[in-house]
Amino acid sequence: MFQRVMEMDFSPFILSFKLATTTVVILFIVSLPLAWYLSQTKSRLKPFIEALTALPIVLPPSVLGFYLLVALSQNSPIGSFFQETFNLSLVFNFTSLVIASSFYSLPFMVQPLQSGFESINKNMIEASYIGGKSKLETIFRVALPNMKPALITAIIVTFAHTVGEFGVVLMLGGSIPGETKVASVAIYEMVETLDYEAAHIYSGLMLVMSFIVLLSVYIFNAKHNRKFGLNR
Amino acid sequence: MIKVDIKKELYGSNSEMLLHVNLLIKEGEFIVLSGESGSGKSTLLRVLAGLEDANGTISLHDKSWLSQKETLAPQKRNIGFVFQDYALFENMNVLNNLLFISDDKDLALRLLDITGLTQLQNRYPNTLSGGQKQRVSICRAMMRKPQLLLLDEPLSALDPKMRAKLQQEILTLHREFKTTTIMVSHDPSEIFKLATRVLVLNNGKIIQDGEVKEVLLKTNGSQKFSFRGELLELQRVDVIFIATVAIGQQLVEIVLSNEETQGLKIGEMVTLSTKAFNPSLT
Repeated sequence: MFQRVMEMDFSPFILSFKLATTTVVILFIVSLPLAWYLSQTKSRLKPFIEALTALPIVLPPSVLGFYLLVALSQNSPIGSFFQETFNLSLVFNFTSLVIASSFYSLPFMVQPLQSGFESINKNMIEASYIGGKSKLETIFRVALPNMKPALITAIIVTFAHTVGEFGVVLMLGGSIPGETKVASVAIYEMVETLDYEAAHIYSGLMLVMSFIVLLSVYIFNAKHNRKFGLNR
Repeated sequence: MIKVDIKKELYGSNSEMLLHVNLLIKEGEFIVLSGESGSGKSTLLRVLAGLEDANGTISLHDKSWLSQKETLAPQKRNIGFVFQDYALFENMNVLNNLLFISDDKDLALRLLDITGLTQLQNRYPNTLSGGQKQRVSICRAMMRKPQLLLLDEPLSALDPKMRAKLQQEILTLHREFKTTTIMVSHDPSEIFKLATRVLVLNNGKIIQDGEVKEVLLKTNGSQKFSFRGELLELQRVDVIFIATVAIGQQLVEIVLSNEETQGLKIGEMVTLSTKAFNPSLT
């Protein structure tokens, strides 16, 4: 068993982490203004935008995968535009995985950030504006530092959720070793080929790592709450 | 000189109401804004600060803060604002709460010195008492050397001893910096100590505007003293009545004749006054 572990190809794991890191960075940049907007707006459009961003939670991954495949394939306007202009294919490569994950994990970044922004004392934000500080400076120096649990939750859960995705990734990326074969897809193939030993090793690793990540988030949040009171 | 002429529809607890304020504020004035809750006091402060929009005009000297064409952002108004709940930046220590607003360390240390906070400059807000937090908040509001300082019931969450202390410090700061100030308060002794002018707002309109004694002293004509209180009980004892009235935190019993009780209702506000003798203070 030990020798088997030493000989094993862990590139699907590395690919999963590379994908998750890229997705977290992209989603953080996209979600920050969106979550801020949703937390501050009184617009009637708010429920529609909220419902749209929450869709990936309830939609079957195959539905999301199907639509993305239709939208990004070379027969679609978007796909052919990227193919002709940048000579870039948007399906069955790493880029397509990043696009798929960014849609799939969007709510896991937006929702904690939004509730984090909403939990911040409105007067604190206004005190910063009155002090002459711009929105951007207020977000980065007042809002975000005062919602660390929400920030950590958003980043970690998005990361973990991206590592854990399977259906969308399989539909948009297939299973090209070193390019689109992430850990979850690799496990699926191991089971299919009846290589239970490898599947055990991979699955066990996934299980332990996911548990440790979630545990650290909850420990951090509990410590933070003890220090700053329950509502902060 | 600050010129204010604003209108704003409010949808408060007492249904719809029009906040309509026309006001001239002289430089260096300390105005206390009083009135029942829901009369539009906080909204007026927020409109002055630019945190809420309104119709009309606001200008400071010749600079327009609000006009038909545009609303100047709070960032550009150079004001100080003190919130009732302090609203300190929890992630920064006391000194950095001040320096975040303006990078003037000399001013920050001077303000902390005036308010006796020098020892606490490295502490974080969640380790401070309410009175200390509100001091930090007042210092923070002074960091921009504001042309207008707005205080929204800053002391109402504090105990009487702490209130008195902070009133003195607010007064010291006002004398030192001569900042034009508007403060919301209901406490007569606080108003007396601080204000140079009192405005009473009711249902969105200014119903009284004048010097402190003019507005606050309730006696008129030959009355020796006069109090407002709530009538709690009317009890018949033989041929007379004894009325129990709550004035502030105190209960008072008054003997009344049968005719005098006519028109009085339990739970109503009554005025208790006398002309006949000299009250003595001991």
